[in-house]
Amino acid sequence: MFGLSQKDTRFLFIVIALTLLTPFLLNPFPTDSALAQFNAGYPALMQRFAIYGLMAIGFNILFGLTGYLSFGHAAFLGIGSYAAVWMFKLLSMNVLPAIILATLLAGLFALVIGYISLRRSGIYFSILTLAFAEMSYRLAYSVFTPITNGETGLQLNLKDPRILDAAPTSASLPVPSLFGLEMNSSWTLDLGPWDFTFNVGYYFCAVVAILGFYLSLRIFRSPFGLMLRAIKSNQNRLNYTGLNSRPYTLAAFVISGMYAGLAGGLLAAMDPLAGAERMQWTASGEVVLMTIMGGVGTLMGPVLGAGFIKYAENIFSKINESILHSWFSWLPDGLEDAVVWVFARFVGEGWHLTLGLMFMIIVIALPGGLVEGGQRIARLFRRKSEDAPSATPAE
Amino acid sequence: MDALFLQILNGLEKGGAYALIAMGLTLIFGTLGVVNFAHGALFMIGAFVAVTMQRIFNFSLEIVDATQKDFLGNPLKVKVPYVIEWFGDGFGGFLIDWSVPLAILLAIPVMMLVGFVMERGLIKHFYKRPHADQILVTFGLAIFLQEIVKYFFGANPIPTPAPSDYRGTIEMAIFGLNLSYPVWRLIYFFFSAAVIAAVFAFLQFTTFGMVVRAGMADRETVGLLGIDIDRRFTLMFGIAAAVAGLAGVMYTPILSPNYHMGMDFLVLSFVVVVVGGMGSLSGAVAAGFLLGILQAFASMNEVKSLIPGIDQIIIYLVAIVILLTRPRGLLGRKGVMED
Repeated sequence: MFGLSQKDTRFLFIVIALTLLTPFLLNPFPTDSALAQFNAGYPALMQRFAIYGLMAIGFNILFGLTGYLSFGHAAFLGIGSYAAVWMFKLLSMNVLPAIILATLLAGLFALVIGYISLRRSGIYFSILTLAFAEMSYRLAYSVFTPITNGETGLQLNLKDPRILDAAPTSASLPVPSLFGLEMNSSWTLDLGPWDFTFNVGYYFCAVVAILGFYLSLRIFRSPFGLMLRAIKSNQNRLNYTGLNSRPYTLAAFVISGMYAGLAGGLLAAMDPLAGAERMQWTASGEVVLMTIMGGVGTLMGPVLGAGFIKYAENIFSKINESILHSWFSWLPDGLEDAVVWVFARFVGEGWHLTLGLMFMIIVIALPGGLVEGGQRIARLFRRKSEDAPSATPAE
Repeated sequence: MDALFLQILNGLEKGGAYALIAMGLTLIFGTLGVVNFAHGALFMIGAFVAVTMQRIFNFSLEIVDATQKDFLGNPLKVKVPYVIEWFGDGFGGFLIDWSVPLAILLAIPVMMLVGFVMERGLIKHFYKRPHADQILVTFGLAIFLQEIVKYFFGANPIPTPAPSDYRGTIEMAIFGLNLSYPVWRLIYFFFSAAVIAAVFAFLQFTTFGMVVRAGMADRETVGLLGIDIDRRFTLMFGIAAAVAGLAGVMYTPILSPNYHMGMDFLVLSFVVVVVGGMGSLSGAVAAGFLLGILQAFASMNEVKSLIPGIDQIIIYLVAIVILLTRPRGLLGRKGVMED
């Protein structure tokens, strides 16, 4: 179905089901239990999962398939955000024109940056993209302040023209919407002690992310994707056969740049605010980390990596010492304090410590990322049930 | 003309810092073939060695000063640093005042040790892994080190002044120009030049350096000749760490150390390394000073009014132009990092 093999169709349906059921899956703990802080089923975080998952999927089309490691993808994210907010300010609060312009504009920038950067490969390509991204970041802070509003960030204003929308009736700022369906409206389902929140914004992001995932699945299975893999495995050989590989890498770069722009547009659609810090090199590094952590070149890996990092960022940083004390209150007093002290170093403000350690452990122990970890576990079970080990597919 | 010359001086001081960090990065890349994203963290640790030295000298005990009374008429309690109590005002005061330069003595062994532990404990296992893995693991290590420093020293910048004699500006008359320039920045330039010269001399004129250079050119053959090249490369990692640490120690009076200063310098240093040419030591030094001076020129008001925003992007712009016109950087060798 959808031009996919039967196995891929099943895979796609599993992904769709998981994405649509996220509000249930990420809320396994009752609201009044002590484990409720581990619930990730609140709208802001679920939106992040979908948006950064989308960005990582796009990044993986470039890095996973062609092997070109770009350190400048945050620039496209930022450009997408600015474009979307400008559409909100000038045209309409409808999110569709905003994310379309965000995608196109990011694609245009990707075309220019990619055309120049792809003249080199390896670490030189990484540094070139990094240089372009840092230039955009610094210019957004300084010279382009009229467009980007500098350090304050680009925000909506009551006096914005918004030529397609009716004049505002209330004194509050309008909310981005999809034909009247406001992005921040939610519906809560109370099931006994559980609260499940269904948020319009999340489902919009989820649908876009699923479309993005479907496109990437098609690219992975297409002759074009095969060509990109050939570039990764041996570009010299490809060139010697008389084939010019530059158009293929450039296409991959533009596509992944458009994914990043779309993600930026969605970020702005969820919260109409764009700041230059989204373009900083650390933000580019984050996407690289997500992709590698999940598993480079696999379909699901980048999404898992994105979810993992965003979950750690939001959940670990929320836990503080009093919560830890309530968890370990069953321990003897002195021991409790000691245990809480140790754990407190890794959560709350110190969650970066956990992040750093996590990267090191995953790279040391699981070079293929989370997907490889899952495959290893699956293989372990399979070997137990049947003796003949079958080759596991790459994804 | 005065302003022009002043900018060259400014650039030399910044370029000195870039050159020192970039040289350490190149040493590690040239010997071990590892892209070390934790090198900025080493620079930062060096800066905090200076902070530690300052704190050690300022450890105080409370004594009752019978000659002074507080407002209730009781004898006043004053805090006196131990070093003043032990050595008197003269030498003790000197120690406190000179804590930053004296931190060099502490920084060399500490940084060598940190370097050895890093190399033997972690980076050793990553020689044969792809560069992306190396980048990721050292990036994780950098975050880890950063957070540890943040835990002990807090998130705010800690002022660490230079010795009082070297705080102000110096009046110079060069080529008939009268210039006033911060003394410490001048010292920083000479210091970085001295460290760079020392490393080059070590590599060029000692037997050990000769073996290391041979190992950089062809590691396998040197190993076949019965030389334990790994041990020498580990020592080079320690030296590279020490160079980054010294750069950090001496930079503290210019920029009050904070826990993320390493990351801020890291990206620029990578640009410097690539502009100079991967694996080329002299290229890294030349590119460091070149980019430092260019950045200083671009921050002149005359230039800024001509091309707005140029001071923010000049380094990256130059990097792009050089990478596109000279594929291997300024002084890069063939065959490094091209697969």
